Amino acid sequence: MRSLVWRKLGHWIVLLIFTGLLAFPFYWMLITTFKQTSDLYNLQNNPFRFNAAPTLDNLRLLFGQTLYLRWLGNTVLIGVIVVAITLLLAVPAAYALARLTGRWGQRLGIAIFLTYLVPPTLLFLPLSRVVAFLGLQDTIWSVVVVYPSFTVPFSIWLLMGFFKSIPRDLEDAALVDGLTPFGAFMKLVVPISTSGILTVVIFTFTLVTQEFIYALTFISTAEHQTVSVGVPIFLVRGDVYYWGSLMAACLIASLPIAFVYNLFLDRFIAGFTVGAVKG
Amino acid sequence: MAVVETRGLSKVFKEGEPGAVNNVSLKTNEGEFLVFLGPSGSGKTTLLRMIAGLEYPTAGEILIGGQVVNRLSPRERRIAMVFQSYALYPHLSVYKNIAFPLKAQKVAKNLHRQKVEWAASLLGIGGLLERKPRQLSGGERQRVALARAIVREPSVFLLDEPLSNLDAKLRASAREELERFHKRVGTTTIYVTHDQMEAMAMGDRIVVLNKGIVRQLGSPKEVYDEPADTFVATFLGSPPMNLLESGEVILGFRPEQFVPAALSGTNAVPLNLRLEVIEYLGAEWILSGSLAGGRFDGKNVVARLASAQSFEIGKVYDFAVPERELKFFDRTSGKRTPAQALSWQ
Repeated sequence: MRSLVWRKLGHWIVLLIFTGLLAFPFYWMLITTFKQTSDLYNLQNNPFRFNAAPTLDNLRLLFGQTLYLRWLGNTVLIGVIVVAITLLLAVPAAYALARLTGRWGQRLGIAIFLTYLVPPTLLFLPLSRVVAFLGLQDTIWSVVVVYPSFTVPFSIWLLMGFFKSIPRDLEDAALVDGLTPFGAFMKLVVPISTSGILTVVIFTFTLVTQEFIYALTFISTAEHQTVSVGVPIFLVRGDVYYWGSLMAACLIASLPIAFVYNLFLDRFIAGFTVGAVKG
Repeated sequence: MAVVETRGLSKVFKEGEPGAVNNVSLKTNEGEFLVFLGPSGSGKTTLLRMIAGLEYPTAGEILIGGQVVNRLSPRERRIAMVFQSYALYPHLSVYKNIAFPLKAQKVAKNLHRQKVEWAASLLGIGGLLERKPRQLSGGERQRVALARAIVREPSVFLLDEPLSNLDAKLRASAREELERFHKRVGTTTIYVTHDQMEAMAMGDRIVVLNKGIVRQLGSPKEVYDEPADTFVATFLGSPPMNLLESGEVILGFRPEQFVPAALSGTNAVPLNLRLEVIEYLGAEWILSGSLAGGRFDGKNVVARLASAQSFEIGKVYDFAVPERELKFFDRTSGKRTPAQALSWQ
């Protein structure tokens, strides 16, 4: 009886520690957003609470003197288009590699995944030539074209594992039941793979919102920039960091993603661990 | 309803390797329950999948209802198949699983509920329609798979080891249920199994397969009593037929025909059994030992008796086999040959 109590207590303590650890960055961003600059820079102050009255100045700066809303819009637009392109390419490709190409499918899948491992710092030079050739410099379309080069390989790899875990009998049954192979793919394989596809959507979107190098090199005009580039460029001037506004920008950009993550957490984990354990 | 026929059907998966199915020609009767029986790797499932249209044959023809269907896709063959794993669609309710073929084949929507309810009531699963497959027991899943197969009223049923995932107790009752089900709907059915009990109990006729070749096609009684070769003789029956090799012939007799001399009647061949092992199996006794003296001295044999209380291990007993129960096989080909006179000494 006693050991049970201790076990429960231990359970809760661990839970509390991790909750604090994970929630702390959000608390820090939130409190910094509303602090006066003088409060932030005074080393005598307790940094975990307000020592002067809260202020909206940082938000005014962010929304009034930068194109933050525009950057948010650009980021969302790019994210949505890249997610769509990624799904359109990766879902059929992964299915083909998992099911139709036999022994070569696996090898080709590994080869495709390897391209994901080539770092953008190596690729942005040749890709900038491609972007120039397409006449897309300094538009959001430059990154729309380039981002699938890393989102598609990873998504193919992830979805391949997913499709392989679907018993073949199911598709055979669908064929006998009256569907064409394409019909079986659309009406059976895709709905069963919702977790995998959802994982791809969230993963792709996150990658796109945090990407820095391509966005920095291919886009120079402020109106076309994304959050990940616009914010550090315009809120860090020389050695002056506008901490309050920076934190506000980060908080606003990260909250929706964190929310979506948590909403689909179970399915997200299922998507990543599929095939790892049987059943 | 329809007759299924194969003509010289072969399947080679990899060039240069022996085929999975080799030159199989057979024909079902109208409304028959035909069983494909064989060990694993005998090609029985491949044969079934070719009939279903899930594998493309390397050579030969498949006919369903007199029409060559080689080029038709599975959905155009008017067949239904039940898979070993049942292959229920995990994301759909039982109702939607059963309605799936209707939807896929664009049956008028207002007929769906009526047809699903008919199929579900036929299999006694009317109360499960709102559940998901994962909430069902093994036996219930099997019934849902059957309901999904029957709902579109196919001309042929193909069943691929549908009982092998059930535990032993459930298997017996599911077997009976399947038999009753077949009697009621009367659709031509092809049933694949490696279980000789299932084959004997359910089949109107049995196709015994080994290494992709049809070894024998006949009623359960024919394949058991008159095996066409040594493979069939040993594959069917538990324990299998005793086979004694000598010169150019192999002599075979069933363990239950190998009885104490006093019980064998007239016209029986006397043999001496040196008893080595006695197994008590409840309803029967299995006696293993070797023959003592004569032409087959030292060969291992097995006897199956209803009672064996008075026997002792290590002693030699007078046993006998009725002459008409002796089967002769050619030693090189293993094929059955006519009975012949044999000197026993």
